[in-house]
Amino acid sequence: LTRIYPLFAVGQCGNQVGCRFWDLALREHAAVNKKGVYDEALSSFFRNVDTRSGGDGADICKGKICSLKARALLIDMEEGVVNEILQGPLRDVFDSKQLITDVSGSGNNWAVGHKLYGCQYRESIVEKLRKAAEHCDCLQCFFIIHSMGGGTGSGLGTFVLNLLEDEFPEVYRFVTSVYPSGEDDVITSPYNSVLAMKELNEHADCVLPIENESLFDIVNKIHQMINSGKLGSTVKPKSLVTSSAGGARAVQEKPFDAMNNIIANLLLNLTSSARFEGSLNMDLNEISMNLVPFPRLHYLVSSLTPLYTLADVNVPSRRLDQMFSDAFSRDHQLIQADPKHNLYLACALLVRGNVQVSDLRRNIERLKPSLHFISWNQEGWKTSLCSVPPVGHSHSLLALANNTCVKPTFMELKDRFMKLYKKKAHLHHYLHIEGMEQSCFSEAIASLSDLIEEYNELDATKGGPRADPPRLKIAV
Amino acid sequence: MSIVTVQLGQCGNQIGHEVFSAVCRDVHGTHGLCSKKENESYHDACKERFFCQEESEVPVARAVLVDMEPKVVSQTLSVAARSGSWKYDDRSHFCQKQGSGNNWANGYSVHGPRHKEAVMNLVQKEAEKCDRLGGFFTIMSMAGGTGSGLGAFITQCLRDAFPTSFILNHVIWPYGTGEVIVQNYNSVLTLSHLYQSSDALLVHENDVIHKICAQLMNIKQISFRDVNQVIAHQLGSVFQPTYTEGGSDYSRNPLGDLMETLVPHPEFKLLGLRNIPQMPENFLAYSTFSWPGLIKHLRQMLIANAKMEEGIDWQVRPPHLGSSSRSTNKPLHFNTSIANLVILRGKDTHSVDLGSFRDPSLYTSWLTPQDAFNAWRTPRAFNKYEKSASLVSNSQFLLKPLDSVVGKAWNMFASKAYVHQYTKFGIEEEDFLDSFAVLEQVISSYTIL
Repeated sequence: LTRIYPLFAVGQCGNQVGCRFWDLALREHAAVNKKGVYDEALSSFFRNVDTRSGGDGADICKGKICSLKARALLIDMEEGVVNEILQGPLRDVFDSKQLITDVSGSGNNWAVGHKLYGCQYRESIVEKLRKAAEHCDCLQCFFIIHSMGGGTGSGLGTFVLNLLEDEFPEVYRFVTSVYPSGEDDVITSPYNSVLAMKELNEHADCVLPIENESLFDIVNKIHQMINSGKLGSTVKPKSLVTSSAGGARAVQEKPFDAMNNIIANLLLNLTSSARFEGSLNMDLNEISMNLVPFPRLHYLVSSLTPLYTLADVNVPSRRLDQMFSDAFSRDHQLIQADPKHNLYLACALLVRGNVQVSDLRRNIERLKPSLHFISWNQEGWKTSLCSVPPVGHSHSLLALANNTCVKPTFMELKDRFMKLYKKKAHLHHYLHIEGMEQSCFSEAIASLSDLIEEYNELDATKGGPRADPPRLKIAV
Repeated sequence: MSIVTVQLGQCGNQIGHEVFSAVCRDVHGTHGLCSKKENESYHDACKERFFCQEESEVPVARAVLVDMEPKVVSQTLSVAARSGSWKYDDRSHFCQKQGSGNNWANGYSVHGPRHKEAVMNLVQKEAEKCDRLGGFFTIMSMAGGTGSGLGAFITQCLRDAFPTSFILNHVIWPYGTGEVIVQNYNSVLTLSHLYQSSDALLVHENDVIHKICAQLMNIKQISFRDVNQVIAHQLGSVFQPTYTEGGSDYSRNPLGDLMETLVPHPEFKLLGLRNIPQMPENFLAYSTFSWPGLIKHLRQMLIANAKMEEGIDWQVRPPHLGSSSRSTNKPLHFNTSIANLVILRGKDTHSVDLGSFRDPSLYTSWLTPQDAFNAWRTPRAFNKYEKSASLVSNSQFLLKPLDSVVGKAWNMFASKAYVHQYTKFGIEEEDFLDSFAVLEQVISSYTIL
């Protein structure tokens, strides 16, 4: 009797992040759910399966936890990452029916992922999708995790996005997309990203763009703080947003683990108010409703705080306020953008822990003056209060902003694309895939240009007072 | 006569729970300051009004709990049951899983029709449990999707199913600086629809109650629970049993009496509520008030549209009667009333002089002060306050807040922001315009008082 959020991890990046996500989700629920009872919060991400009879047992809806299975579909066109997951400590969390793999990979080619493998695996994906949905009594929203720069995550990931819209048009589609940086070593990443962007523009309800550079900076900052000895032993290891401590992963963390943990935490915080109780709940559909004023402007800048917490538990008001300030600092953002110098269309604050409405209001009042909100949404804040804090913290804040600061990011992407496209570099790799034509490219870049133009128009309204539109007059 | 309460959405359910708790606590408290006989009558009247007593069990609240997501209702039911002093009927609730996504259109056009039968069946059952049905009290917020949208739909259904019953909507206005970004759209749609089917709208503004918590109740870290408890206290101060003028028994028809005294004309349905004194519980033992002082403050709060007993503007005075053109000579900031109701509870209420509230200059000219002003009293003290006075007012109290909400919504509508989220569920631009028109009419009517 609860909302569920099936998660689709596509491609190498998607699966690596996905793996961290389920590990941390289990850790979070273990910390809260002391009695080992399969409750509503758990059921949003996990099924409870009776494996005593062997094989794929029936789902148990209540009672003691038997065997938890992630509500997920793991898709990758090469086997390395998925195999590792299946051999690792999370192997029991997935069953073979939730996997779709191949051997050769997509060669960093969106067309291979989207057209070739899309076509090839369409039926299999739809079938597994329907099966996964069958188990769910209330599908509220789908999550897709993928990267934009490669071939599988980018191409097949957006193919899955399309499929989800066709099969379940009313279920919200939230996409966490890792965008390539300028120095990405995949030469064709601009092609892959722009081709994928068109799909995101048209078929996603909400996109959370993430840039590796930002994750990298956050990880570095944490390491510096720890190593500088400033914090000494007062930093709680479990509390690091980069940490897997207490999770299933006992082995040495891999290099990307810390960065992927950040994304996993983002997803946990995003869904916390829907899973746990609080004085002002927020569902995923409310995020879309409040943060997307026009259908295509659905790219949200996320920032997460705290990144770590000090060992002492009593947090006076001032520290709490620091948390709010941090959420509006670029150090805590997951993409390299500058919201403070651009225009806010809407902003959401998802708070966890012992924070009350007066704390929220005090901080909104305090921070508002330094932020530019569009004229028709001067008080455009969406807020939620969830009582359950994340593991190792007494409180946390996730800020999601719909801000025109994503425009420069998209413009840079467009530039990188054009640099290659003008020279027709590497195009043949794409065009020889069946179903792929030159028009795919021109349509994709047109879609991106249109999106940039929509942001431009809104930006133009910034600065300078505008008269309020005259009110409706009625006959007295 | 009994009142059936319909709790809608997270806000409605959270507040509803606090109201029943407050009422129950008051009835079982030992600070009644009156005779045993009086106390017993009070107790019985309250019981009849709000609870159903099933044999040896604890009293069962006459309520229907509705929400489109399960967590809040489930919590509300269990917290009430754990109190040991009252509870809800285990079957009297309806939940879904999806939520309304803060989308009025989703609440009104999708959830409403889909779940009408189930919800109205529960309401019917509660109504049948009453020996005599005194009417419906719905609690909802305007800002979200369920309380607002589904609430508006259900209110319509109540009106259709019970054409002769009284319906009072308790509506919560959200904080001005945002809880929900589309709250102004949701508010405009809610108010315009409620206006068609409801008898009156009793309003509480979060900003106002928050100030009371901060300045009068001395609460440092104010939570929604704190806000809800103040609201519950204020509602209790109105709906706990009282004697109407000249009555010798506790009034049996609170909703009907309220409507009769306060809503003489269907164009004017907005009721504001003020209650004094308000203070932290541990101060009560050290405070004494005099009735003249309380009445003086309450009257000035009415005239100057003060939200609480601190910071009242004493400069505001009623206009002089007998001037040729009343409306143009009206002093600024003066709050004109259509009708007022003062409720006195506690020590020596029978001797309180309320003449100052009968001053004709406070009112419009349509009703005589005799008809425009009413007072209810009881010697039985409420919620440990030795003396407590409440004012329910049909006046210009809510004109500015209403105008502000409509203004902001209009501003946003002009840019068409978020409208696609509503059209997706069947609320078109036309519907928005209709709602704006209704409310501009209400604003205009209240302005020219």
